[in-house]
Formats: sequence, C-alpha cells, structure tokens
Amino acid sequence: MTLTPAELTSAVSGGIGTSPQRPDGNLKVRGEFAYASDLWHEDMIWGATLRSPHPYARITSVDITEALKVPGVYAVLTHSDVPGRNLYGLEHKDQPVLAVDVVRYQGEPIALVGADHPETALRAMKKIVVTYDVLEPVVDMETAADDTPLHPGGNLVRHVPIRRGSQDITADVVVTGRYEVGMQDQAFLGPESGLAVPATDGSIDLYIATQWLHVDRDQIAAALGLPQEQVRLTLSGVGGAFGGREDLSMQVHACLLALHTGKPVKMVYNREESFYGHVHRHPAVLYYEHGADHTGKLVYIRTRMYLDGGAYASSTPAVVANAATLGVGPYEVDNVTIDAYGLYTNNPPCGAMRGFGAVQAGFAYESQMDKLAEALGMSPVDVRIRNAMTEGSVMPTGQVVDSAAPVAQLLKLVQDKPMPAGTSSDIRELPGGVSNTTHGEGVIRGVGYAVGIKNICFSEGYDDYSTARVRVSMVNGSLAAAVHTAACEVGQGLVTIMQQIVRTELGIERVTVLPMDTTIGNGGSTSASRQTYVTGGAVKAACALVRSRLDGRTDIGDEVIDETTEWRHRATEALDPVTGQGNAHVQYGFAAHRAVVDVDVDLGLVRVVSLDCAQDVGKALNPQAVVGQIQGGSAQGLGLAVMEEIQTSGGKVRNPSFTDYLIPTVLDMPPMSIDVLELADPHAPYGIRGVGEPPTISSTPAIVAAIRAATGLALTRVPVRPEHLTGT
Amino acid sequence: MRVNVTVNGEQRQADDVWEGESLLFMLRERLGLPGSKNACEQGECGSCTVYLDKVPVCACLVAAGQAQDREVTTVEGLADGDVLDPVQEAFVEAGAVQCGFCTPGLVVQAHDLLDRVPNPSDPEIREALAGNLCRCTGYEKILDAVRLAASRR
Repeated sequence: MTLTPAELTSAVSGGIGTSPQRPDGNLKVRGEFAYASDLWHEDMIWGATLRSPHPYARITSVDITEALKVPGVYAVLTHSDVPGRNLYGLEHKDQPVLAVDVVRYQGEPIALVGADHPETALRAMKKIVVTYDVLEPVVDMETAADDTPLHPGGNLVRHVPIRRGSQDITADVVVTGRYEVGMQDQAFLGPESGLAVPATDGSIDLYIATQWLHVDRDQIAAALGLPQEQVRLTLSGVGGAFGGREDLSMQVHACLLALHTGKPVKMVYNREESFYGHVHRHPAVLYYEHGADHTGKLVYIRTRMYLDGGAYASSTPAVVANAATLGVGPYEVDNVTIDAYGLYTNNPPCGAMRGFGAVQAGFAYESQMDKLAEALGMSPVDVRIRNAMTEGSVMPTGQVVDSAAPVAQLLKLVQDKPMPAGTSSDIRELPGGVSNTTHGEGVIRGVGYAVGIKNICFSEGYDDYSTARVRVSMVNGSLAAAVHTAACEVGQGLVTIMQQIVRTELGIERVTVLPMDTTIGNGGSTSASRQTYVTGGAVKAACALVRSRLDGRTDIGDEVIDETTEWRHRATEALDPVTGQGNAHVQYGFAAHRAVVDVDVDLGLVRVVSLDCAQDVGKALNPQAVVGQIQGGSAQGLGLAVMEEIQTSGGKVRNPSFTDYLIPTVLDMPPMSIDVLELADPHAPYGIRGVGEPPTISSTPAIVAAIRAATGLALTRVPVRPEHLTGT
Repeated sequence: MRVNVTVNGEQRQADDVWEGESLLFMLRERLGLPGSKNACEQGECGSCTVYLDKVPVCACLVAAGQAQDREVTTVEGLADGDVLDPVQEAFVEAGAVQCGFCTPGLVVQAHDLLDRVPNPSDPEIREALAGNLCRCTGYEKILDAVRLAASRR
C-alpha cells in the first residue's frame, strides 16, 4: 500500500505544522555547538588584517620589512601575493581583496599577517609602514553622482525609474516630505571567523560562517587562481547573519595565508573589526509626494530616493530595485513616478540587511500615510485600509499580485488587540527605567500603526534555485533518512524545517541533517526570506523522487535510496529600464504593527510599551519558529526606530563597538503579541510565504508614528534620538 | 606564565599564557572550552558569562592570571552528563535558541538568577538579563524559557 503525504504526516510526529525542537538545540545550550570562531586545528596559526585608517587615500608605499622580522610571524602578504583576480563582489567585481594603490573606505584591508598568536600578529601589523596621500572623501549621497568619480564608471551604481499612469495628474490633498534613514548594522553576535586548512595538493578547505557557500566558493577560487573544485567549503556554526554575511570578509584572506604558509589559519574578528568587516544597511534620503482625493483615495505617489552604497557596490543594484518596486508600500495607486538611485561614496560599504531596500522606503511611505491621514482628518488605520492592496491589485511595476494580500485584515488585527495597561508607576516600566529619571511626570503615551510589503526570493529574472539530496536506508530495522544541502543554517531553523519536510513527505521520523558544504550543488543564499521556500521546495521534490522508489515499503533491506534534485521557483522578469515595468518578483509578504510608547518629553527618552504584529505566512511549517522570526524581526525594527545607527563623520565610523552602537536589550523590548495568518500561496511549496523580513519593515514606522502621536513632532529621521524630541 | 585553575570541578593547568590574555581566551583556546562566546570581548554583550567563584562575570574582562587558584564554572559544566540543567532544557523547549551565540551567556546568567530568586517576576528577569545581548529572538522566548525553568526547579 502506498500512503499519501497527508496519511504519512499523521503517522509520525515532528512533521510540518508542528514545532519540534531544533536538532542543534541541545548542543547550543550545552556550549558544544562549533561556531566558526570555536574551530581549532593542530599546528594552526592566526591571521590578522591591516586596514586603512582613511576613508579615501592614495597608497604611496607599503613596507613590510620590519613586520616580517617579528618572532612568531610566518607571513605578511599584500595585493602582490594574490595569485588570481584581486577583485570580488556580489554584483560588480569592484572590491579589491587587498588594496593596491587606493583605499576607498576606512577599514579597507591592505595587508595580512599570519602569526603564532593573535597578539604577535597585532604587534607585527603595527610595524607595517604604509604611506598615504590622503584625499577629500565623497560622503554626500545626494551629490555623489556629480562628485569625484571613485570608480571608472562614475558614482552612480544604479538608477531604477518606474513610470505608471499619468505623470502630471493633480490631487485635492497633497502631502510632501523628506525622510532620512541612518546606517544600521546587522550586529550578528558571532563575529566573522573561519579556519582555512591547506591540503598537500595545493587545494584548500575552508570552514566558514556564511550565508551562501557557493558564491563564496566561486569568488575565493577566482581570487586564489584555483579551479572551483580545489576550494572546498563547509559551513561551520553561524552566529546570526541578517544579510551581513552575504559578502566576503576574511574568506580569501585566511585561504591566502594558509596556502602561503602551508599551515591551517584561523581568523576571528573582534567586534570593532566586525563593524569594518561587513557591509551595512544603506542609509537613505527619500523625497515623497502623495496626492489623494477628499475621501482619502490615493491619486498619485511621486518619489525620488537616494541610497548610499558606500565604497563598493555589494548588492546595491538589487537594494535599489527593491526600494523602487516596493516604494509605494502595500497600497493601490494608479499614477506613480519613482526614481531610486544607488551611489558610490567613501562611506562604509553597504549591502544586504534584513528588509533590503524595503525598510528605507517603508519608513518614508508610512510616515507619508500618517501625514496624509492628518491632512484628511482621517485615522491612520482608516487611510491605510482605504488604499489597502488586495489579491489582484497591480504593483507600480504592472505586476498583478496573484496570491493573498490581506493588508486591511492585518491592520484590523493589530488595531483590535487589547491595549496594554496605562502608564505604569513602577519605575522599571517607565522611560529611563532604574536610572530613576521620572516617576511618571512628563511621560506621554502614543499609539502608532504601520504596514509593509517585502518581496520574497530573488527577483528580476535571477535563476533562483536550490539543490537537495535525500538518502534513505535501514538503521536498526527502521527506515532512516538523511538530508543534504548547501543551504546555510544561520540560526533561523532551516535544519528543523528540512527534518519536518522529510518526515511529512516520507513518513520517516528519524531524519539526520548532514553538514552543509560544497560537495553538493548550490543551495542559493540564505537571504530574501527564501530558504524555506526554495530549499524547502528542493527537499520536498527530492522526497517525492525517494517516495516513488520506496513505493510504500517500510523495509528496504540493504538497498540505499539516494536522490538529488534541483528545484526553482517560477521565473521572474527584468524591469524595463525606462518604465520599470515587469513581473520582477516571485511573491510578496505583508506584516502590520501597532506600537504603543511612553515618551518622557522632558528628557527625550522613549519606552516602547507594546509592539504587536500580525503577519500572513501562507502556512506556518513551524509555528514556534515563525513567531520567533517575527519577534526577532520586530526587535531589529525597534532598534532602527530608536537607537541603532553607525554614525559617520567625513566617512569615518564614530561608534564601532557595542558600547557606542546600541542594540535593544531585554529592557528595551516590550511584550510582543503575534497574530499569524495562514493564507496559502498556491504557487509556493505547502503555500508558504517567506517570514523573516516583513516584520522588520513595519516595526520601525509604527514606533515612530507612536512617538509622533505622543509628542506632536514631525520626526522625519530614524533612529529618533533624545535630542530630536527635546530640541536640545 | 602558567595558570592553575579549577574548571567545572576539574583541576586544570594552562601553560605559555601571555599576561595580556583574558580568562575567555584561556578557556576557549587553551583549555578546549569554547562554549563561552566571544561576541564583543569588551564586556557589553554577556555572551562569555561564566561563574568565577560562584559569581557570574564576563570572562573577557577577567585576566587569565586572575583565575589562578580559583573556581570557574562554564556553560559546559551545567549539565549532569546527558541530563540538561532545567535552564538549558527550557531554552531549547521554549524556542529561546536561534543562532545560539548568546545562549551560553544567557543560560549561565539565568541559572544564577534562579539560584538567587527561585520565582522571579518579569521585571526581575529583565533586570537580571539586561547585560546579555540577543540579536535573533527579541527576547520574548528567552523570557518564556526563564519562566518555564523557574516553574520546574
């Protein structure tokens, strides 16, 4: 008898729709899970990186003579030691592995040291003499396009225009605004780290914390001048990512040192170096004009936005496309004019961070919706529902939204949630907390709403796929399965999801997740909220192949059933370069937030009292993990709203530490009540909709709206700082 | 220099320790105990929290030499063989573990809280864990885990 997947599901526990414990959970709570910085190898040495202190300078000389004399130093390397291509990058190969004759941002790597102890490496680095001809940095994204060209093609990385409907229509009610978003850091806790182990045949193994093994491998191989098969990557434990591990950091550097010295090389950034070692969220300046009729119906939206990509392109082109295509938010509007620009400057390089372009636009368009509500005398929720997108709505790109888009429903869900109790008399629950700055005097409460939209999976015609292998054999008299992919587990729980899918598809409870590595085909990036969708789809497809060979048998003797397959989501299209029209995205995700804040208006201190969220996830494969993603994403949005910013001055980072770059603590986070909708997307495996990013988009503007409601201030920039509230 | 220290109940010795090394570095790189984590190495994140003579400290802020002849308990010392401490068990069950890099420090800090205050209120839990950063969870499920562990101890 052959069982259907549905029948099999009921036969085993821990399938989809349940919340089994994560397979790495016990190791993680015991301190026995091996993160990249925990790795150790007999005879290993330590690598360190000399970085530029200047945002923009010509290098006139590099002298490593004295550094090489330090006892315990095995190698000092510069760009001339890079055997292959000394340029890498996700979309444009514009970033040197080691700087040649110019540095374009503070922290750009110039030389490497390999030594017997991290301290020896630091001391040797101080003996490297670099002379610079310091240049005036380009730091203003709005004027960068016409400033000193930092790259051969000039400073405009990408311009995405979108034109839809009338370009000169007028409206009864018009609101305009200029908004700014500061530079946010992913601030994953596990610093950039890895261990490179050279083999005797000139090939190399790298154990690494990353988001995308295959694209790392391809870039490393090109820089090392090795064929791809001679560069083998294995995923180590990853201490969070949030976009910050999409680009290379120490990967090539560790491999260079290892191949040069013939020794295993460990590199571990400290927190300060981590701030220089990965890309950040693009700061942005956004100009918006919204026109509506007297009933609140949007007539047009016009926007011009600038995203500061910093010194190198990274994923700026895709971030700009997201900001543009999602730039009006989850609303129906027939007449749209959008121009989004990504620029090179001498600020720190910016690239992927959770929300990826949609966050910057989200803060601006939601601020505009509140402004519009005020101009119309409508409630913020009513004006949003009046314009809310639904299934069948048309995006500014002309793409029809062809699955659930419950924007109004999500707003109503958060609006109908019980309100938290009134302002507390316990100082621990007041702005300032145990700093004892108020006992309630000067504290005003505010409530704010926001909703956001995010594309899920890769867009604009990218061939976005994943590869999965499922192997079934008998273990101790029962069927057991193993699942193998190169898709990176960075903390989100993909390992659990893959086990659940195999259990559901094959009715086999015992599922082992094999190490993720490059011995199998590409798993695609752990980004764009795509892994459950795409690698989940690949695992499901591999299971289908295994299932047909199993043919209902529960005893296969000595047989081993081993199937590998690639799975890709439906194709997308490029955007028209003039009109921005095209079916560029695979799927859209939506979340709405209601924030309640208490503001000490005398001191400018904010306490977020509650931050409730409603999100449609299509189908919650693991309800506990889904809620965990929504709460975590909401927290990062809170950080951007009230505290998180890499502050730069003349291109230099002023706060590269957790002392000065603040992320939310448990005292900053309020209770978060989460409503999860499951409106299946017929195009996606199990109907799922990507979860990770949408909550990060609406959290920030909801909190700022609540602060505006409490203070009456315009607040056009995030993060909101105390001085924005007190005017001091 | 040589450092003699009791770690997780065992007498241990580390040789060739450089005077500038932290207790964290010695534990992770010389004693084979990488459970205590290196998220900031400047006392801001709590990921390296260990007990030093039964008091939770950031191991990154303690010089290795200061541990001479003292007792250190790390996250690796909390479980009894295969049996997890109730705090560890609750973290897994409640979904308080995502990437897990903050987890060892939080587990030690929560363990200390529940030793001192068996049934803490939410404000007490928040105050106790205020020095431990987590970037993945938004802390809700960490609070759930501490409440669950308190109910079981």
